[in-house]
Amino acid sequence: MVRVASETLNSRVPEGHVDQIWDKHRFNMKLVNPANKRKFSVIVVGTGLAGGSAAASLAELGYEVKSFCFQDSPRRAHSIAAQGGINAAKNYPNDGDSIWRLFYDTVKGGDYRAREANVYRLAQVSNNIIDQCVAQGVPFAREYGGTLANRSFGGAQVSRTFYSRGQTGQQLLLGAYQAMMRQVQLGKVQLYARREMLELIVVDGVARGIIVRNLVTGQLETHTADAVVMSTGGYGNVYYLSTNAKGCNVTAAWRCHKRGAYFANPCYTQIHPTCIPVSGDYQSKLTLMSESLRNDGRVWVPKNAGDSRAPAEIPDEDRDYYLERRYPSFGNLVPRDVASRAAKERCDAGFGVGDTNLAVYLDFRDAIMRVGEDAIRKKYGNLFHMYHKTTAEDPYKVPMRIFPAVHYTMGGLWVDYHLMSNLPGLFVLGEANFSDHGANRLGASALMQGLSDGYFVLPYTIGDHLATSELPTVPEDHPACVEALESAKGRIDQLLSVQGTRTVDSFHRDLGQIMWDNCGMARNKAGLESAVGQIQELREQFWQNVRVLGNGQSFNQSLEKAGRVADFLEFGELLATDALHREESCGGHFREEHQTDEGEAKRNDEKFNYVAAWEYNGVGEDSTLHKEPLSFDNVPPATRSYK
Amino acid sequence: MSSDLINLTLRVWRQNDPDSQGQFESYQLNGVSTHMSFLEMLDVLNEQLIESGQESVAFDHDCREGICGTCSLMINGQAHGPDKATTTCQLHMRRFNDGDTVTIEPWRATGFPVVKDLVVDRGAFDRIISAGGYVSVNTGNAPDGNAIPIAGTTQEVAMDAAACIGCGACVAACKNASAMLFVSAKVSQLAILPQGQQERSERVVSMVSQMDDEGFGSCTNTSECEAACPAEISVSNIARLNREYLRASLCGRD
Ligand SMILES: Cc1cc2nc3c(=O)[nH]c(=O)nc-3n(C[C@H](O)[C@H](O)[C@H](O)COP(=O)(O)OP(=O)(O)OC[C@H]3O[C@@H](n4cnc5c(N)ncnc54)[C@H](O)[C@@H]3O)c2cc1C
Ligand code: SF4
Ligand code: FES
Repeated sequence: MVRVASETLNSRVPEGHVDQIWDKHRFNMKLVNPANKRKFSVIVVGTGLAGGSAAASLAELGYEVKSFCFQDSPRRAHSIAAQGGINAAKNYPNDGDSIWRLFYDTVKGGDYRAREANVYRLAQVSNNIIDQCVAQGVPFAREYGGTLANRSFGGAQVSRTFYSRGQTGQQLLLGAYQAMMRQVQLGKVQLYARREMLELIVVDGVARGIIVRNLVTGQLETHTADAVVMSTGGYGNVYYLSTNAKGCNVTAAWRCHKRGAYFANPCYTQIHPTCIPVSGDYQSKLTLMSESLRNDGRVWVPKNAGDSRAPAEIPDEDRDYYLERRYPSFGNLVPRDVASRAAKERCDAGFGVGDTNLAVYLDFRDAIMRVGEDAIRKKYGNLFHMYHKTTAEDPYKVPMRIFPAVHYTMGGLWVDYHLMSNLPGLFVLGEANFSDHGANRLGASALMQGLSDGYFVLPYTIGDHLATSELPTVPEDHPACVEALESAKGRIDQLLSVQGTRTVDSFHRDLGQIMWDNCGMARNKAGLESAVGQIQELREQFWQNVRVLGNGQSFNQSLEKAGRVADFLEFGELLATDALHREESCGGHFREEHQTDEGEAKRNDEKFNYVAAWEYNGVGEDSTLHKEPLSFDNVPPATRSYK
Repeated sequence: MSSDLINLTLRVWRQNDPDSQGQFESYQLNGVSTHMSFLEMLDVLNEQLIESGQESVAFDHDCREGICGTCSLMINGQAHGPDKATTTCQLHMRRFNDGDTVTIEPWRATGFPVVKDLVVDRGAFDRIISAGGYVSVNTGNAPDGNAIPIAGTTQEVAMDAAACIGCGACVAACKNASAMLFVSAKVSQLAILPQGQQERSERVVSMVSQMDDEGFGSCTNTSECEAACPAEISVSNIARLNREYLRASLCGRD
């Protein structure tokens, strides 16, 4: 039985009509006097789109910022890998877009499990993001006449996605990084690269600092500040194989959770339909083929199971363009959850292609015939190159083989309208928060959210916190700091002292398999219950038998990985527990027990129209469920249809 | 696809910390699938090392798809290995033959001190960017994105330069350990775009001066950098940097 808290969570969404609250609220929030800003310090963990943009913007306002990342340079945050694009409601193509439509599409795309007020604000500031990035020198694609170009993404019938070839994340991140590096030069941002956050310091219930490990020297450092911002990305690597970079982790968020921050909707994970399939058991990660490819690529499998002809030799009448068949109005551009399940359905039914029969075709033949190879190269050249490198097949000639893979996590630390967690002083941005995407994120909306949070939301809301809170100085020898430092140190010593026989990676692979088999594209009660048990068992084995060589006082990648896997082994159980408790299907969370006759997700609005925010009670202890009820006053919940 | 297995001898640079002297260690690695990526091959080596009680080989990596610029290995004397326009993480073992000896070293340059084994410190690149590799525009100050049209062709040239992943292979490949390709890529991108005009002179002078301070060598136009660059940054950017620098010296800083 799930322990449920009696009080519901207060999201602090101001009263008023959804299209006016942000403006009014900006007026109502307290300001920090310009001359006083330099007296406040802010820690920003993470230098992706969310953290990079936040650090730059806060420093520009005058705050003293400390910025942390585990990579050797802030420019390498995982946002760099985003390919396809970023949404905005500019309506430049004149095709009927508006803030309201972006808001509507995002709420619907999230399967009515997001907070309306946040989504509206996101749509509102989306246009400012594009302007800001252009001003920074981000080279967005343009038409011949010099105006900005757009492409289409899933879940929308307008063209609202801005892009830089297949490297949109790279260009946006470099824009934010450069803005931040300018503040480094000006002395307003102190940069701490190759630092891993291992603890949150909480003083009298307020987040006031962090403990980090210097990954080069192994030294633990205490950093205190007036507020702490987490922008540490998603937890997709709990599945071991995902499209995320190898270093992506849940550690920072999990440490906050263990110090009292609620973790919301951990079961909302996104499985992306178009990734390069697994090729062998040495596989270390999966490579995404951007959703933008579905603008021009058509997805199909042979009509006859086991048709072993080369794809080019299979004529159209023997091909099943199953997305176009099942969803005539959105066709290949249905949202990700829908496309992934449809691919799984075809493969499960025996129509999969390739060595493993776990793949479908993404075919550019028709587009190349229509516009020519050069035009396709210009749009997607680097993606085709990447595919070629990985598979040794030329996608200009042979259709890509693709399969769904773990890609993004909609769940994350719970935040209110101010992006502040239930722990005062702890703000959470970007993929790390439970976000504006409900149970399924639309393509090109994560970049939008990260930059919205960092450039245009946090800089206002953090001021309100700083201006209205008592924030006595916290010296580094404060008992709370000492305790957090000891706790981080104890954990490292513990990892090193096991001296077992199995490598960290072998545990991570096993965990990933449990998660993929039971908490993947389709979930059911028995599978989830067994996952909880298996994870507990694996965790026990880990602490008895993991082998971490070397010591804590030097550069030690095994130790880094061990700490992250140890946290995944705790977190995975919460993910499964959340999935088990949510007896409905919504977005990326598909419970086999809850589907329509046509195999589509079936929500239960009466019982599950809430955000599930979990409170930590100890390892292996049941967490307490806090509910934030959701209301949809503007986009009335309906069964999502893309037919 | 059949999975072909090959056996390799690896000569790997091992160095405990920046101050200690490093040396090559040889490891025999058998049964390597040719479908593996180069880094997956190193993962297998590391698993074996740990199982036999030896510390794993430290190497930098993150995205493993050629975009973050973290991976950085000299493979048989070539930065990022033998393939053109390919990062180490995108290199696959199908490029190697059974019985090959593969020598793996870190980037070697004064500007990139070794941290451990194959890991180096590329902080110098961050400092060069912070010297001026940006447009000084605070959040909230931007005009509409379409206010200044930029011809599609101009944008394409800027994007070609902006594609630099900051990996440092250009430095590693250059006999002078010059960072000109990296610096010129950012200078070019911003010199081409209208948004970068205001600080054009200031930028090139500060970035070049920081580059010199970091101990990178001078450019003698051998184009080894271009050949090694996984993002296909063209040496024409270096020519543009030189023009920009000259222009700045003639016109003074603006
Ligand atoms: C391959 C790929 C392609 C994508 N393409 C798109 C796209 O086209 N459009 C779109 O909208 N979205 C896309 N996404 C999703 C999007 O890129 C991410 O959701 C988004 O970039 C996350 O940004 P972030 O700032 O929240 O976190 P990240 O960019 O992941 O940054 C996390 C930061 O936190 C730091 N960090 C993490 N843990 C710690 C720790 N313990 N200690 C210290 N520092 C820590 C890291 O160093 C890093 O700086 C894509 C994702 C992937 C995987
Ligand atoms: S110019 Fe090329 S080689 Fe040099 S850092 Fe950039 S991407 Fe790497
Ligand atoms: S690991 Fe990211 S470029 Fe190689």
